[in-house]
Amino acid sequence: MSAVDIVPAPAMVPTVRRGYGEGARAVAPMALAIAAFGLSFGVLARSAGLSPWAAVAMSATTFAGSAQFAAISVLAAGGSAVVAVGAGALLNARYAVIGLSAAPALRGPAWLRFLLAQLVVDESWAVAQTSEGVPDRERLIGAAFVLYVSHVGSTAVGAFGLGLLTNPKALGLDAAFPALFLALLRPYLLHRRTLTVAVAGAVLALGLTPVAPPGVPILAAAGAVLIGVSRP
Amino acid sequence: MSAGWVVVIGLGLATVAIKAVGPVLLGGRQLPPQVLAPVRLLAPALLAALVVTQAFGSGRDLALDARAAGLAAAVAALLLRAPILVIIASAAVATALVRMFA
Repeated sequence: MSAVDIVPAPAMVPTVRRGYGEGARAVAPMALAIAAFGLSFGVLARSAGLSPWAAVAMSATTFAGSAQFAAISVLAAGGSAVVAVGAGALLNARYAVIGLSAAPALRGPAWLRFLLAQLVVDESWAVAQTSEGVPDRERLIGAAFVLYVSHVGSTAVGAFGLGLLTNPKALGLDAAFPALFLALLRPYLLHRRTLTVAVAGAVLALGLTPVAPPGVPILAAAGAVLIGVSRP
Repeated sequence: MSAGWVVVIGLGLATVAIKAVGPVLLGGRQLPPQVLAPVRLLAPALLAALVVTQAFGSGRDLALDARAAGLAAAVAALLLRAPILVIIASAAVATALVRMFA
């Protein structure tokens, strides 16, 4: 959901109570923030030209806020659908990693593992951590259920409610995009390696904007990870 | 089909596949750290690129307009450790005010 891949060290996580209800309870405060996120996504998706149902469908199928915002911001800037999907998919690439670490908790036949894997988002994964280092399956499912309802429901409220707003620019809504991404970037600015990568990504994107089609500078900024990897 | 729906379906399929790949194919095995490190660094690189292109990009040009005031307000809110909603709202309000009076 948020781009913040919270990865608490297992040793620092206190013993947690297991069960669906415990997971739902633990994630409730985050679900409030997610609802605010979904509400703004619904509003901004409309101003980017999506229909209300398309906005809700995206929250229901992608279920990852930062990638959704990235994709619609490329569309809003006049980028192509292919570039928009690419930008969102790159932001979601971290879920390949998070999915691997959650894999031991997702037992069962392949079809069930496939379905359970969809429930792994940053917040449900974080809440499900136990002192043994393997996420608790029931906490994960309980938390993901609350997050999903909150994410999709709030998107619907934002998307269908926006019919009232005629000029999103007069309200400064286009400036909400960079501010939102800045807020998601915050935890990465606190560590030298991720800060270096962020600065390099920004420089690459700005430098390419005058010479590349809309959205492409964002994809190209992925090249900044090479700087972070090459440094000790 | 509109570009919006193409993105909804394309990103939905991509995300479902990305999330499923670990639990379905690799089971309990771990990828080598040489592969994990760059993937973890994708988020800061892309988010920073999104911040600057959304604040200063205007088609194929760079522009310093009312959105810059919004970004400045957002940075101030960030430094004051404001919650995410306050950060977003301050950017929108600052930009709207500049547009109203400029």
